[in-house]
Amino acid sequence: MKIENIIEILDAKVYTDVPYDHIEINAACGSDLMSDALAFGENKGLLLTGLNNPQSIRTAEMMDIHCVILVRGKEPDDALITLANEKEIVVLRSDHSMYTSCGLLYCAGLTGDET
Amino acid sequence: MSESLKQRYDVSAHDFASAGAASAAVKKTLKQLGFPPDFIRRTSIAMYEGEINMVIHGEGGVADVEVLEDSVIITLTDQGPGIADISMAMKEGFSTASDSVRELGFGAGMGLPNIKKQSDDFQITSELGVGTTLVITIRT
Ligand SMILES: Nc1ncnc2c1ncn2[C@@H]1O[C@H](COP(=O)(O)OP(=O)(O)OP(=O)(O)O)[C@@H](O)[C@H]1O
Ligand SMILES: [Mg+2]
Repeated sequence: MKIENIIEILDAKVYTDVPYDHIEINAACGSDLMSDALAFGENKGLLLTGLNNPQSIRTAEMMDIHCVILVRGKEPDDALITLANEKEIVVLRSDHSMYTSCGLLYCAGLTGDET
Repeated sequence: MSESLKQRYDVSAHDFASAGAASAAVKKTLKQLGFPPDFIRRTSIAMYEGEINMVIHGEGGVADVEVLEDSVIITLTDQGPGIADISMAMKEGFSTASDSVRELGFGAGMGLPNIKKQSDDFQITSELGVGTTLVITIRT
């Protein structure tokens, strides 16, 4: 799935200057606790989280995740956006809850498994 | 590479915003050296978990990273409170993290077990009131 589609499905807002046309997301994971994502998010290209601090970007960086979606309408903090631009990780904001954000993407065909 | 490359990083306690900077620097170095992506990812995840633990539990410390031809050895040393029961700490889900740490996104009790999972060799030693040392080896 393209990030462009994800933006449309979630009616998400983009916060970074990172180009994303070439990025293809095949699977996703969602957690507010980063060690959960680090332990179970292997080979996912996308992280959905409510964690609004730079460690969500650090986590994505370590896992080679290309895109982080902040759920529940959180306005991302400046340090998070700065780090994301530096690491070329796309940051989006979804006004939906974690449950609904994941559900909408899942129904559109983005599962938790890579294939 | 005939000689190993050695790097040392100070990991500052309670500087939560810059936590992970040492792991990020190592990731960058390994990329520049052309190591395989899967090896780099395993190394980064293991070191990041250890680095975060030093920041939130260990009162900061030092990360020594030795890059060899086909492996990396990460030694994380802190002079924090130490771990009372290592076998307990190694269990998935065991955490002494406070609610304030959990609000920062940590405290699932998954860090140490994941370091073990990502690494090829993992040694942890700890003494109450003295500190904790992790030696993590990852091979290509
Ligand atoms: N460097 C350290 N110094 C003192 N105690 C530690 C250290 N590292 C880990 N511990 C102890 O071991 C427990 C388990 O660590 P682990 O990394 O698995 O989980 P966590 O840090 O609590 O949560 P998570 O890693 O999932 O965010 C910690 O809660 C803490 O009590
Ligand atoms: Mg931990």
